[in-house]
Amino acid sequence: MSAPTTTVGISDEVRELANQEYQYGFSTDLETEVAPRGLSEDIIRLISAKKNEPEWLLDWRLKAYRHWTTLTPPTWQHVSYGPVDYQDIIYYADPRPKKTVASMDEVDPELREMFDKLGISLGEQERLSGVAVDAIVDSVSVATTFKDKLAAVGVIFCSFSEAVQEHPELVRRYLGTVVPYNDNFFACLNSAVFTDGSFCYIPKGVHCPMELSTYFRINAVDTGQFERTLIIAEDAAYVSYLEGCTAPVRDKNQLHAAVVELVALDDAQIKYSTVQNWYPGDADGNGGVYNFVTKRGMASGKNAKISWTQVETGSAITWKYPGVVLKGDNSVGEFYSVALTARRQQADTGSKMVHIGKNTKSTIISKAISAGHGQNTYRGLVDIRHSAVGARNFTQCDSLLIGKDSGAHTLPYIDVKNQTGQVEHEASTSKIGEEQLLYCRQRGIPEEEAVSMIVNGFCREVFKMLPMEFAVEAQKLLTVSLEGSVG
Amino acid sequence: MTAVKVPVRAAGGVLSELSPGRDGRDLGWLAEARLKALEWVGKNGFPSRKDEDWKYTALDGILAVPFVAAGAGPGPRVTLDLINKAAIDLGGPRLVFVNGHFSPEFSRLTGLPSGAVVTTLAAVLETSPDRLKPFLGHTPGEHHAFAAFNDVFAEDGAFIHFTNDTVVDEPIQLVFFSDTEGVPLMTSPRSVIIADSGSRATIVETYAGLDGDVYCTNVVTEVVLAENARIDHYKVQNEPTTAFHLALLDVRQARGSQFASRSVMLGSSVARHEIRVRLEGVEAEVSLDGIYLPQGEQVHDNTIFVDHVATNCTSHQLYKGVLDDRGHGVFNGHIMVRHGADGTDANQKNKNLLLNDRAQVDTRPRLEIYTDDVKCTHGAAVGQMDDEALLYLRTRGLPLESARGLLVYAFVQEMVDRIELEPLRASLEALVSTRFGSGAHRVQQ
Repeated sequence: MSAPTTTVGISDEVRELANQEYQYGFSTDLETEVAPRGLSEDIIRLISAKKNEPEWLLDWRLKAYRHWTTLTPPTWQHVSYGPVDYQDIIYYADPRPKKTVASMDEVDPELREMFDKLGISLGEQERLSGVAVDAIVDSVSVATTFKDKLAAVGVIFCSFSEAVQEHPELVRRYLGTVVPYNDNFFACLNSAVFTDGSFCYIPKGVHCPMELSTYFRINAVDTGQFERTLIIAEDAAYVSYLEGCTAPVRDKNQLHAAVVELVALDDAQIKYSTVQNWYPGDADGNGGVYNFVTKRGMASGKNAKISWTQVETGSAITWKYPGVVLKGDNSVGEFYSVALTARRQQADTGSKMVHIGKNTKSTIISKAISAGHGQNTYRGLVDIRHSAVGARNFTQCDSLLIGKDSGAHTLPYIDVKNQTGQVEHEASTSKIGEEQLLYCRQRGIPEEEAVSMIVNGFCREVFKMLPMEFAVEAQKLLTVSLEGSVG
Repeated sequence: MTAVKVPVRAAGGVLSELSPGRDGRDLGWLAEARLKALEWVGKNGFPSRKDEDWKYTALDGILAVPFVAAGAGPGPRVTLDLINKAAIDLGGPRLVFVNGHFSPEFSRLTGLPSGAVVTTLAAVLETSPDRLKPFLGHTPGEHHAFAAFNDVFAEDGAFIHFTNDTVVDEPIQLVFFSDTEGVPLMTSPRSVIIADSGSRATIVETYAGLDGDVYCTNVVTEVVLAENARIDHYKVQNEPTTAFHLALLDVRQARGSQFASRSVMLGSSVARHEIRVRLEGVEAEVSLDGIYLPQGEQVHDNTIFVDHVATNCTSHQLYKGVLDDRGHGVFNGHIMVRHGADGTDANQKNKNLLLNDRAQVDTRPRLEIYTDDVKCTHGAAVGQMDDEALLYLRTRGLPLESARGLLVYAFVQEMVDRIELEPLRASLEALVSTRFGSGAHRVQQ
C-alpha cells in the first residue's frame, strides 16, 4: 500500500456528482383509500375485514399484535435511527380498492407510465422477457400476468390476499411455519398488520416454466409497507423468484418491515433474487427507507436447496439476514450478497445458516462496499447443531472502503456442536486499490469509471448468480449509486 | 450500598474496612475507589449470557459458590516442590504468590539490573500508595463486574517498573499458586507492569493450584508501555479442574512499542482470559497468540479487544483450540479501527480442531472499521482430524492413538514453536503431549 501522502484518492470531479438527484425519484398520484393513522386491534380488524379474511387469520393477526405490544424494539444492531412512532403510520392503503385487473390494458395508465419511468414496462416485460410480473403498488397487487400459463402446469402465483381467498388451506398450512409470528419485533409487527404480498406454490415435480418476478413500490405518503411473501416448492419442484424495488423520493422515513417465507420440500429448489433500491435518503441522511426485513427459508426436505442472492444498494437503513434452516438431510443453503452503502446509508446484513440435517452444506459470499459516510456491517450466523453430522460451511466476507468516513464491520458468529462439522470463515477489509486505480487511469479510463469497474469486479462473484436481466440492472444500479456518493 | 448479587464474603481484609460505608469521613482515594467499584457491581450486577461478550460462557457455576475473599497467610500444604512442579523454574527472578498474596520464602529477587524495580503491590501500597492511583484509582466497571471486583479486593500482586532503556535478559516469573483447603476462596491478584521508554523484558505468569480445591482466581494485570518499549508476556493457566479462572490483561501502548502475548490455557473448570489492548501511539505493534485445550467439561473463553487508535499500528492474533470430550472453546476477538487510524494492519485467525462428538466451539472474530486506509483480515476455521493424514500415518505402522496424538500435536506445534523461552517451551511441549496421549510424545522422541 502506498504512503498516506499519495493523492490518487477520489477526485473533486467525482464529488460534484455527490449531490446528484436520486434518478428514480418521482411520485405518482393514484387514488388511495387509506386507513386512519395508528395501530390498534380495531385497525387490525379493519385490515382483516377489508380483505375479507377468514376468522383464523384474524385470530393469528391479533395474537401477533398482542405479543408485539409486549416487545421492545431491538437495540443490538449496528445501525442508528430515530425512534419510530408506530402510531403515526398508516397501516392500510389501497390504490385500487374495488377493481381487479385481468389484462394489461386495464391497468391504470398512470401506473403503467410510472413503470415506464423505471424502465420496467410491464407490457414489454410480458412480450419480450417472458417474465410474469405481479406488481405491487402500495400494498395491493394491481396486475398479474401470465397467470394462465402458470396455471396450466399447476403453479399458483398470485397476491397474498388472493391466495387467502382461493387457497386458504395452503396459506393456513404454511403461514408462520418458517418465520413464526413471535420471531422478532418487526416480523411480529408484520404478522399483525401485513396487507399483501406474493404467494407462490409449485406443485410436486414441476419446474416452473418462467422466472417469477414482483416489483415492489412504496407510493402513498406515510404508508408503511408490510409485505408478506410465501413460496412453497413441493417435492422436486423448482422456482426462481425475482424481487426488485425502487421508491420515489420522500422527506419522511418510511418503514418497510416485510416477511418472506420459503419452504422447500424433498429435492425442491428455490432461488430467490433481490435487487433492492429503495430511496436512500439525501446526502445529509434525511429521508430514506428503513428496510427491516425478515427473510428465511426452510429446507425441510432431503436434498432441498434454497439460495438467496441479493443486491442491496438502496434504503437509508438495510437490516436483514436472509437465512436457511437446513433441516432435511443433504440440504443446501446459499447466500450471495452485495451491499453498498454510500452517503449516510447504513446496512446491517448477512445470513444465518442453521444446520440440523446430516450432510447439509451452506455457502455465504458477502461483498460490502462502503463509500462516503456509509456504514456496512456483515453479521452472520453459522450454527452447526449436534445432529448435523458431516455439515459444511464456507463463508467469505469482503469489504471495500472508499473514503475516510466510511466504515465496514464484520461480525460472524460460528457455533459448532458436532466434530464432523467443517466450517471456514474468511474475511478481508481494505481500501479500494490505489494501484488498480492508477493502472486504469494510466490507460485513459476516467477515475469514476475506474472505480465503477473495480467495484463491479469486486462483486462479480455475486452478480453471476443473478438471472441475466437482473445482473444487468444490478450493475447499473451499483454504478449509479456509487456515482452519486463517491468523494 | 445495594445488595451485591455474588455471595463473596469478606474474610477480614478490605471489605470489613469498607463495610461501615460512607459516614462522612475521608476514606482516601483507594477506599473511595474500592467502595465505588463495589457500588458499581451492586448496581450493575454480574454479566449474563444475554451480554454479547459473555454469550457463550455460563457463569452460573461461579456465582453459585459462596466464595470467601482470600486473606494473606501461607497455604498449609504448599511446598517449593509443588511450586516447581507447577511452574518450571526459569532461573531468573521469581515472585510466588500463594492465594494471591506474596510468599517471600518461595520467591527470589536476585539478578536484576538497577533499572528494574520488581516488588509487590502490597509493598507499594504500604510505602508509596499514590503510585498506584492511575491503576487502582480508575473508574471501576469500565469492563465488567469481575474487573470491578478485583478493584475491590486487590491487595497484592506484582509491581514491576522498568526505567528508561533498561533491558532485563532473564525472564521474570510470576507464579500464582492456590491452596485453599476446603474453603472456597476468591483470590484477586493485581499486577502492574510499567515499561518506560526503550526498556525490554519478558514476563511469565503461571497459575496453578491443588487438585480438588474449589476456588476462583479473579486476576487483573495492567501493562503500560512507553515509547519503543517491548514486553513479551507469557501466561500458562493450569489451575485444577475444580477451580475457576477469570483474567483481564489490560495493555496500553505508546509510539513504537511492542507487546507480545502467548497464552496457554490448560486448566480450570471455567476459564476466561480477556485481553484488551489500546494502541495509542503510532507504529505500535501487538501480537497475541494462544492455545486452549479444553477437555472433560472444561470451558475456555478467549476474549480479545484490540483498539487501533493511532495510525500505522499493527496487530496480529492467532488462536488455536483443540476440543476434546465435552470441552467447550470460545474465541471472541474484536478489532476496532477508529476513525483516523490510517495505515492500520490488523489480522486475526482462529482455528479449531474438534476431537469429540460432544465438544463444542463458538468463534466470533469481529472487525469494526471506521476508516478506509486499512488492511484487515480475519479467518476462522473449525474442523476435525484429517482422515487421510490419519490413514497415512496408520499405513506406516502407527497405532491409532499415536497417530491421532501426533496430528493434534502437529496442529498445536505451530503455537508451541512461538515460545522463545527454551525451558518453558520444553515443559509445555511435555504438557501438551501428555494431554493428547503418550503417543505423540513417544513419536517425538
